Amino acid sequence: MAETLQSLARGFSVALQPAVLLYAFVGCVVGTLVGVLPGVGPLAGISLLLPATFGLTATNAIVMLAGIYYGAMYGGSTTSILMRIPGEAASVMTCIDGYAMARKGRAGAALAIAAIGSFIAGTGSVMALMLLAPPLANFALRFGPPEYFALLLLGLLVLAYMSGGSMVKSLAMAVLGLLLGMIGIDQMSGFFRFSYGVVELGDGLGVVPIAVGLFGIAEVLATAGQEVPPKVLKPKLRELLPSRQEWRESVMPIGRGTVLGFLIGIIPGSAHIISSFVSYAVERRLSRHPEEFGHGAVAGVAGPESANNSATSGAFVPMLALGVPSGPIPAVMLAALMVHGVSPGPLLIKQQPELFWGFIASMYVGNLMLLALNLPMVGIFVNVLRVPYSLLYPSIIMFCVVGVYAVNGSVVDVWIALIMGALGYILRKLGFETAPIVLGAILAPMIELALRQSLAMSDGQYAIFVSRPIAGTLLAVGAALVLLNLVSWMVRGFDWRKRIPLDEHGENL
Amino acid sequence: MLTTDRVGGSALCLLALFVIWESRTLPLGTWRNPGPGYFPVLLAALLLILGALACMMGGGAAPVTGVGWGEAGHALVILGLGAFICLALERLGYRLTMLSALLFLVWLVEKKSLLAAAAFAFGLAFGSFYLFDTLLRVSLPRGPFGI
Repeated sequence: MAETLQSLARGFSVALQPAVLLYAFVGCVVGTLVGVLPGVGPLAGISLLLPATFGLTATNAIVMLAGIYYGAMYGGSTTSILMRIPGEAASVMTCIDGYAMARKGRAGAALAIAAIGSFIAGTGSVMALMLLAPPLANFALRFGPPEYFALLLLGLLVLAYMSGGSMVKSLAMAVLGLLLGMIGIDQMSGFFRFSYGVVELGDGLGVVPIAVGLFGIAEVLATAGQEVPPKVLKPKLRELLPSRQEWRESVMPIGRGTVLGFLIGIIPGSAHIISSFVSYAVERRLSRHPEEFGHGAVAGVAGPESANNSATSGAFVPMLALGVPSGPIPAVMLAALMVHGVSPGPLLIKQQPELFWGFIASMYVGNLMLLALNLPMVGIFVNVLRVPYSLLYPSIIMFCVVGVYAVNGSVVDVWIALIMGALGYILRKLGFETAPIVLGAILAPMIELALRQSLAMSDGQYAIFVSRPIAGTLLAVGAALVLLNLVSWMVRGFDWRKRIPLDEHGENL
Repeated sequence: MLTTDRVGGSALCLLALFVIWESRTLPLGTWRNPGPGYFPVLLAALLLILGALACMMGGGAAPVTGVGWGEAGHALVILGLGAFICLALERLGYRLTMLSALLFLVWLVEKKSLLAAAAFAFGLAFGSFYLFDTLLRVSLPRGPFGI
C-alpha cells in the first residue's frame, strides 16, 4: 500500500505539471462537448481527435484522450436530462427519469445529481483501478497465446451477450468485424488477403476509419434529414442544488452504481453502455417505489450515471494491465498509445511507471475539473445545441475527413470510412448493432495470431485451450454465456434486456 | 413475411458465400496447421450459419416496409459528396475541396443564403486547416499553387 501511495505521489508530480493539466483540461472540455452533441459519441470523438495527439508526448496524449472519454460520459447526461436526447449511448437510461425530472422543474437537481454521482463514481473507480491494475499485470505475466485467445474470444461473446437485441445478430456483427479484420497481410505467412491490389490495404482497414465510419458518418447519414430541432430545457444556476430528500435518495444508488459499473467495466464488452442498463434495472428492483421509475425517480438518474462513469475507469484495467482492449473505445486508445511507441500490457507499469501513474493521477484531477466544468457551465454547453443542425453536420463531416485522413495521410482510409458509414447506416435501419463490428475488426488479427501460435506451441493439439487452467476457465465462462442465452431463448421472457424500456413513460417496466 | 432480420440475415449469408469464394486462392492449411485462408473461411462459415439463424428466427422482427427511408435521399447526397471529397482531396488540396464541399452542402442542399454559406464554408475550411495543419502539425494535402 505504501508503495502504491508513493507511486501515486510520483504520478501527481507528473499530472500537476502545467502542460499535462492543460491537456487534461482540453480533453475534458472537448469530451463534454462530444458528449453533449448527439451522434458524436466518445468513440467518434476520440477517433477524430487521435491525429491531433500525434505531436504530443505519450503522457499528454493519453491524458487528453482519457479526458475526452470520461468528459463525454459527463456531457452525455446533459442532453439526456434537458432534451431527452442521449448525447451518447450510455446516457440512454438517464433520458427516462432525467427528462421526467426536468419536466417537473427539477432539471437542475437532476444535472447536479448526475454530475456529483459521476464525480464520486469516477474518483472511486480510479482508486480501484490504481489498486487492481498492478496485481493484475503481475498475474497477466502468466498469460501465453492460449490464454489471450480465450480472453479475446470471451470478450466478443460477452459483448454479443450484453448488447441490446438478439445474441445471434450481435454475434453475426462481431464475426463480420472479424472478417473485416482479415483484410491485409497475414502476419504469419505474409500472404495478402482480400486486398485486390490496393497496397494501402496491406496493413488492414485500421480502427479509426471503421469507427468514424460506423459511428460518425452513419449518424450523420441517419440524422441529417431531420428538420425540427428538439426543445431545450434550460435550468437556472440557483436550481442546481438538490433537496435533502433527493440527496438521501441518491446516496445508495451512487454507491451501487460505482461498484457495479467498475466490475462491468473490467469485463470485456461495451462496458459503459451495459453498466448503465444493468444499474437502472438493479435500482428499480431494489426500490421501495418502483412505480416512480419512468416518472422522475432520482435513483434512475444517480445509478446509471454513476455506473457509466465508473465503467470508464474499469475498462482501463484490462487495457493497461493486459494490453487487451475491453471495448471499441479502449481499443482506439490502445492504438493511440502504440502510435507513441508505448505497448500497454503487463510490463507497462514496470517499464513506464511515470506514464501509468501520471495517467492515474490525471484521472483524479480530470474528475475534479469535470465537476467544476459541468455544474456552473451547463448553460454554455447546452448552447452548442442551439447551432442549427444544418450547419453542425457539415462540420462533423469535415472533422471525420480530417480525423481519418490524418492517421496515415491516405485517401483510401477516407474511402473506407465512407463505405463503413453507408454500411453502418443500412445496419442501423435494419436494427443491427454496430459496436461488435468495431471490436471484432480490432481483435481479429490478435485472435488469429493467438490461435495459430497456440497450435504451433501444441503441435496442432486443440486440447491446449482446455488443459491450461486460465484458458480453460475463460472458455468455460464463454460457453456458459452461450448456453445461458440458448436457455433464455428457449424459456422466452427470461432475457433481462427486454424488460428495460426505452419508451418515454416506462410502461413496459 | 419480409422482415428487417431476414433481409439483414440474407445479406450476411451472401457476403459469407462471397468470402468463401474469394478465399479459394488462399492456402487453407490443415486443421492442425492453419494457413492464411483458414481463419477467413472459418469465419465466413460461421457468418453463414449466423445469417441463416437470423433469417430463421427473424419472422417476428419489424417488417422491412415499416422502415422509414425519409432521409435516404439526403444520405445519398452526403455519400456522393463524400466520394467527391475522396476524389478531390489530393488533387485540389484540403482547403479547396472542403470549401467547395461545404458550400455545396450548406448553400444548395440546406438552402442557406449564398453569402452565409460562403462565409461558413470559407471559415471552416481555412480555419480547420490552420488549426490542424499549422497549429497541430497534422499534414493535410495542398492543391494547386500550394493552396
